[in-house]
Parts: sequence; structure tokens; C-alpha cells
Amino acid sequence: MIVEALLAVTLLSAFAVFLAPDKIAGKLAFVLSLLPAAGSIWMYSAFDGSGNALLAGGKLAFEETFKWVTFGPYALNWHVGLDGISMPLLVLTTVLTPLAILAAWTPIQSRQSQFFGLMLFMEMSLLGVFSALDFFIWFIFWEMVLVPMYFLIGIWGGPRRKYAAIKFFVYTNVASLLMFIGFIALVFGLGDSISSLDMPAIAQALNSGQLGSLGGIDAGTLKALAFFAMFIGFGVKVPIVPFHTWLPDAHVEAPTPVSIMLAGVMLKMGTYALLRFNFTMLPGVAKDYAFIIALVAVVSVIYGALLALAQSDLKRIVAYSSVSSMGYVILGLVAFNMYGVGGATFQMVAHGLISGLMFMAVGVIYNTTHTRMVSDMSGLADKMPITVAVFVAGAFGYMGLPLMAGFAAEFFIFVGAFHSTVLAGNALALFTGAAMFGIVIVAGYLLFAMQRTLFGPFRLETDYEVGRASFHDVAPLVVLILLVILLGVQPNIFYHMIQDAVGKMALLPGGGA
Amino acid sequence: MAAFAWPDWAALAPAIVLGLTALLLLVVDSIYPHTRDNPILAGISALGAVVAGGLAAWFLASGTGENPISLYGNAMVVDTMSLFFVLIFTSVTALVSVASYDYLKGNSYQAEYYTLVVLAATGMTLMASSNSLATVFISLELASLPSYALVAVLKKNRGSVEAGLKYFLIGALSSAIFAYGISLVYGVTGHLQLDLIATTLGSGFDGLGGVLGIGVLMVLGGFAFKTASVPFHFWAPEAYEGAPAPISGFLSSASKAAGFAVAFRVFVTAFPIGEVGSTIDWVLAFQILAIVTMTLGNFAAATQDKVKRMLAYSSIGHAGYVLIGLAALYGGNNSGVLSGAMLHLLVYGFMNTGAFLFIALVEYWGVGRTFEDYNGLAEKAPIACLAMTVFLFNLAGLPVGAGFMSKYILFGAAVGAGFWWLAAVGAINSALSLFYYSRVVKAMWIEDPEGDFTIRSTPTGLYVAVVAAAVVTVALLFAFGPVADTAYNAAAALFA
Repeated sequence: MIVEALLAVTLLSAFAVFLAPDKIAGKLAFVLSLLPAAGSIWMYSAFDGSGNALLAGGKLAFEETFKWVTFGPYALNWHVGLDGISMPLLVLTTVLTPLAILAAWTPIQSRQSQFFGLMLFMEMSLLGVFSALDFFIWFIFWEMVLVPMYFLIGIWGGPRRKYAAIKFFVYTNVASLLMFIGFIALVFGLGDSISSLDMPAIAQALNSGQLGSLGGIDAGTLKALAFFAMFIGFGVKVPIVPFHTWLPDAHVEAPTPVSIMLAGVMLKMGTYALLRFNFTMLPGVAKDYAFIIALVAVVSVIYGALLALAQSDLKRIVAYSSVSSMGYVILGLVAFNMYGVGGATFQMVAHGLISGLMFMAVGVIYNTTHTRMVSDMSGLADKMPITVAVFVAGAFGYMGLPLMAGFAAEFFIFVGAFHSTVLAGNALALFTGAAMFGIVIVAGYLLFAMQRTLFGPFRLETDYEVGRASFHDVAPLVVLILLVILLGVQPNIFYHMIQDAVGKMALLPGGGA
Repeated sequence: MAAFAWPDWAALAPAIVLGLTALLLLVVDSIYPHTRDNPILAGISALGAVVAGGLAAWFLASGTGENPISLYGNAMVVDTMSLFFVLIFTSVTALVSVASYDYLKGNSYQAEYYTLVVLAATGMTLMASSNSLATVFISLELASLPSYALVAVLKKNRGSVEAGLKYFLIGALSSAIFAYGISLVYGVTGHLQLDLIATTLGSGFDGLGGVLGIGVLMVLGGFAFKTASVPFHFWAPEAYEGAPAPISGFLSSASKAAGFAVAFRVFVTAFPIGEVGSTIDWVLAFQILAIVTMTLGNFAAATQDKVKRMLAYSSIGHAGYVLIGLAALYGGNNSGVLSGAMLHLLVYGFMNTGAFLFIALVEYWGVGRTFEDYNGLAEKAPIACLAMTVFLFNLAGLPVGAGFMSKYILFGAAVGAGFWWLAAVGAINSALSLFYYSRVVKAMWIEDPEGDFTIRSTPTGLYVAVVAAAVVTVALLFAFGPVADTAYNAAAALFA
């Protein structure tokens, strides 16, 4: 009942904060959000799973199953559990939430109890996504994330918040529906060989070739159609080019703490789902279409980076660079070997911390200067030394500086991509080389932006007094950069369990490790 | 001593209770005539509905109807499906009765109002049990005639009267078409009883295929009217908008469900596709109707300025979703799609009624009708607005309640029957519906209030009904197991 307790505590905290008066809501939410954080760190220390959650032989930590609904021949069960892929993401979520809540104390000045309640509600939904193993339960949590997100952007966002919120809402909802149809077609295509929507059961049935035809579509075509329905459905969330257009709108309009959660955790839902569904359940299709998927990944990396290069708003720069970074995750997945998939999973956590850090730093700068335009400011380093130092360190983390989390992740991904047997013969070196070139562009735009805003003589176009940021603004920045360095120096904190979980999965397409 | 055995007709107890409640209301009226504020009337009406619903739930739980009970020479049948639908009708009736207590305050003809509501509910209950085209027609009229009067019950309100007249004229026309269709089917088969029609059709209908085809299509038209589906949907926006809001909720939830209850039974039992498919492929007809209905309903809803009218069109859209239950039949997942449709009707009974009752609450306060008038409402009435948000998100299929489950089970079942394109059209419509439902949510929570309007009172009855509907909508998500099971078995029994 550990996972249930974690979800229940988070949900009850959300309700408590909803009912609390606005004045204390922020503080209460922070204190309460430490509970799931402590819980997940304890779970990490007590983690006893091994293998992959969806594949035969996987032993799950904190697994729990009970009956919920039977609908004709199918049972929809409550089934939760963690393996080496979901455990790090669970920790990421619970650690990032308290920091995001701290970062919200300054910018959120109205309807605080609703804001912080929704943040905790979102945390609960995200934890559900990473721990659920029955498709319907998982899908409930997956869709539930949209509800708090809609309000968080719509109520507390920037000037175009209403447009951004509805665009995000409808865009991702269409994607979910598409994915749902694709997945359910697989379920019914499996016919009598499964009796529930249990994800491990479905993954194993699909991998042992039980898929039949459905409605006159033969198994092979059905697999490919379902794969692409799900790939697009999840790809919107990641986001991959060309389904990324909701992201800059949502990010720019969202308040800082929401951007942190959006970039830090929500985007990972997409890659996590791709890993769990597309690549674990339909590895054959992933292999057949490896060329196209790798192309999408590389285009996301380069195009996202070029878009970032063209921006003059610091937050937009960070937002577009997320598109680029998530492209690496896709590249690691499609490399389909232990280094590639392991690196991709590690990148989910690393990027979660680093992008959270960057958004937070931009937020702190905005709080004091009230502008995010690169051209509006310069020489902030003298005025806000700690914030700027962390910003610079985070930017180097983004560029993949060794001894930072981003380096470990991207290094594994590139090693995986170069050794990939799945990609071999598909102009492998060209893809990987092009993706690596993306780092150069990242370095380019980040250094350029930093040089203009942070260094040189002090200048500010907006009429505000720039002083040191308050303690509760800077503290989460420092915590995050320490975590990024910790994971960079000691990637085995997570990489060990990730490797264990992806090991067997990486063998699915029939290549070697 | 031999165990006391209940007579078979006791299985109709829910309908009997509702009928007696209607008569009791008239008695109370003769004791306290011309009352303008009467908790007794609302109480009796709600209590009658709750008792009838409780009986139906008890029957379901104790397994009555697992072996269908035939009554009156097989003209009526009580089975799991009919009891399941009785639960929908009585729940909606109870909610509407409680809410009407405040809504009608100060109006005359209160006893008549409640009597008509309960009589219509009685008619719907009988519709769900009808096993012969004759009883179908009679009970359909018993449900329809009170409905016409109820839409026009606000006699001094021009909109209400106009809506009532329009509803009545189109209703009369469709009843005529329906009756003519029945006569044609009778002419071909010589039977009115559903199972006997099927048996006769099984032994051939030489040379009369055309007559039968027209008859079936006309019967289908009658159902299209009752369920507010294309092509007989024109009355719905006017009637729902002009009627008192609780009645709009009653008609768009319970009355629609009743139409579908009959349609499910008549088409599946009387016109087996194996016998009539070569002459009149009614599944194809329903496929066209489903797609046109959901698309038209949702697109029209997206362009409305008034919230009540938007809900009216969205109710047409939902009729389109439920039509998938008939349109995706015979693809190998019959029980799945049919029970998916039944489940959606059940959840719809709470979420849609709740949404209309929220409109009733807003009308009671005197807030305007457009989206803009709802701006900032959440600041003044957070609980009611939270309930409304639950309804709207459920209607849109987001997982804050059972609306999510029923919609996705329905779409999933359609995919399972091989009709992925029906599910795909449904999905596109569902995404569009998220756009217009969230406009209301946006107005309530995100926009700033305009003017200095204040809410003076919190009417107990309306609040109780709205909150109860919201609680049930959410709670059904967790208690979906037994409901889904019942619906699936009910649907499976129909195909046995």
C-alpha cells in the first residue's frame, strides 16, 4: 500500500491546501509537499525491484493489484508498481514539486490556496502516471494532469494565458484520443489472449506474437497503425517537431512554477509513455521504422535549437531548447540498445532538473527586473551574483558539460546511437553527428544570451530596483544545481536501476546490447 | 407454511409506485389547492422517485429480471436492461423534483407540474419494459404528452409557450410517422410483439420487403425524435432553451434515455439484422445518423452564445455518441457497444441533469444567459461552480468522474467491434466539445466578474440537487465496477 499511501497523502494535502486561507497556503503547501518527497526518497532506498515492469521476469517494487471493474471479458484493475524506469521519475516529481512551490511564493499573489492546491493535485496525477500499470488507471491519471494544468496556465498565466491554456488543453486532448484508439485497437486485436487491460500482460502478449486481425485489418498493418497513432499521441506531449507548437505558447504564458513542472515533469510523460508503449510493446515496428523515428528525433534536436537561437525572450529560449533536448531522448530510444534507452531515461531525469533550474532562474530574474527580453538588460551578474552563478552553471549543464547530469545522459545516448544495430545502415553516423551538432547550437544561443544579459555594464530598460533575490527564491536554485552536479558525478544513483530495467527491453528488437 | 411468492406483476413495482405517486400528488393538490410554495409536493415527488429507484436497485441486486419476467401476454417484460433504465429515469426525476422546489417558488400550478413530471417518468419506465409495438407506442405517448405541457408550463413566458408548441407539433408529426411505421410492420408480419415479429421475419416476407423497409425506417424516425437525433432534432434546442431549466434537464437526460431504451430493445429484438439486413440495413442507417448527429450537435454547440442553448446542442451531440451503441452492432462486440451506450446514458443522466440544474440555479439568481454573464461567477458561488466544472469536464470526457469512463468504454467498444472510424469521428467531436465546455469553465473561474452583481441567497433544494448530482458523477468513477457489470449482462441478455 506504499504507492497508494503516497498518492493519498498528496491528494489529501491538495485538499487541505484548497481549504486553507490564502495567506498560509504557500507555506502549508511547501511543508506538505515535503511528505511525498521524503516518502519517495524512502521508497528509493527501499527499492527492491529488478527487471522491466512490463516484461516477463520483471520484479516490481511496491506492487499492488486489486479488482476494480469488469466489463464483459475484460477486467480493469488497480495495478501499480515501480521498476528502475519509473522510480527515478517518481523521485524527480516529488523533489521538483516542493522546489516549484517555493519558486511560486513570490510571483503568485492572488488566489494562492487554489494555486497551491492545484499544484499538489497535479503532483498526485503525475505520480499516478509513473506508477500505474493498468492501462485504464494509467489513462485516468494521464488525462487528469490536463485539468490542473489548464487552470494553472489559464488563471495565473501571462497576457495571452486564455489562448495558451485552451490551445494546450485541446491539442493534448486530441493527442490522447488518437493514442487511445490506437492502443485499444491493439487490445481487441489480441482477442482472447488477454483478459484485462494490464500493461504487462498486454506487452507480453504482443511480444509473443498473439496479435490477430481486427475489423479486416491484418496484424502487421494493425501494429504499424497503432504504433503511429500512439507515436503521434505521445509525441504531442514530448513534444516532437512538428507537434510542438503548443509548447512555446504554454511555456511563455505559464507562471514560472508551472513552467518548471511542465518542462521538468510533464514533458517526460510523453517520453515515458513512448518507452513503455511504443518501444516495449511494439519493438518490431520501432525497428522497421527506425529511420523515420531517428529523422524525427534529429529534426527535433536541430529545429528546436534553431528556433531557440531565433528568440529574444529568455523564457522562449529555454522553452524551445526543451524541444531540442527531448529530441535526444527519442534518439536514445530508437537506438534501442542498453546505452541508448538507458541514456534516454537518464536524460528524462537530467533534463527535468536542468530545465526546471533554467526556468526557475529566468523566473527569479523576471521577478526583479520585470522583463525577460534579452535586449532589455545587461550586467545582472553584479546585482544578483548567486542567481546568475546558478544560471550560468545550469546553462553549462544544458550544454552537456562533464560532471553535470546532462553530460552523463547525452554521453550514453550518443554511445548508444553509435553502437545501435537498429540504426545501423540507416546513415547512423550522419544522424548521430547531426544530433551532436545540436549541442553546438545550444552552446551558441545560451552563451550569446548569457553574455548579453548577465555580463557587461549594468543596464535595465524597465524601471525597477534590482536587488538580491530573496532566500526562498534562491534556495531552490541552489538545491537544483547541487542535484544536477550530484547526478553528474554519481550517475549510478539512478543509472544502475535504469540499466537493470532497460536491459531486457533493449534486446527486444533482436539486436545486441 | 409455503413461502409467500410475489406475483409476477410485482416486478413492475417501480412503475406502479411512480403512477401512485402521481395520483397522490393530485390528492394533495385537492386538499391544499393553488399553493405557490409547497415542500410537500416536491417532497412526495422526490420520495416517490427515490422509492421507485430503490426498488429497481433492489431488484437488480437480488437478481430479479436475470430471467426476464414476461407480463400481460408478453406485452411487457422486466429484465436487467429495463431495471437499469428505471434507475436512470428515477434518479433524474428525483434530482429534478428537489431542484424544482426552489425554481418554481411563487409559480402557480405546482401540483400539476410535479404530477406531469412523475407521469412522464411512469411512461418512461413503461417504455423500457415494452415488448410490443403497441405498448411501445402507448407508453411513449404517456411520456411525451406530459413533456409537451411541461415545456410550456411557464404560461406567461413567451419563450416557454413557443417552445412547447414547437415541441408538440414536431412530436405529433413524429408520432404519426411512428404509428404509420408500426402499421406497416404489422402489415408485413401480422404481429406487434417484438419476438414474434422477428420469428415471422425469419420465415420470409416474400414481396413485402419494400413495405417492411419503409416501416422500419419510419419506426426509426420516431426514435430519432424522442432521442433528439438527426433528422428530428429541430425541436430540441428551442424546447430545451425555452423550457424551465429543470425540465430541460429532465427531457435531455431521462426522456432521451427512454427513447434509447426502446430503440435498443425494438431493433435488436424485432429486426434481427440477419433476417432483414438484405432488405433494410438499419445498422448502416444508424451509422449515418450517429456521425451526422454527433458532428452537427457538437459543431452547432461550439457556435452558441448562450450557455443553455450550448448545452441543448451538446445534448444532441451526446445522442450521437450513444447512437454508436446501435451503429457499431454486429461487428463482433455487440454486448460491449450496447452496454457502453447504456453506461453513457446512466452517467449522462447525472452530469447533464446536473449541468441543467446549475443553469436553473443561475436563472434563479437572475444572472444572464450568455457565456459573458457567467464571468467570475466562481468567486461568488464557488461550490456550485465547482459542481458545474465537474459536470462540464465529465461531459467533455476528462477523468474527474465517470463521464470519462463511459465515453472511453463506448469508443473503445466501437474500436473493438472494428468500427474504429466511428470512434475516430467521436474522438474528433469529443475534442471539439472540450473547447466549448471549457468556455463555461473559463468564464466562471478565469475571467474577471463584470458589474457589481451580488448573489442574495443560496436556495437549498437547487444546491442539494446540484451537489448530489456532482457527487454521484464523481463517485460513479469509483463504483463503476458493479454498474458496468450490470450493464454488460443486461446487454448480453438482449442478444441471448
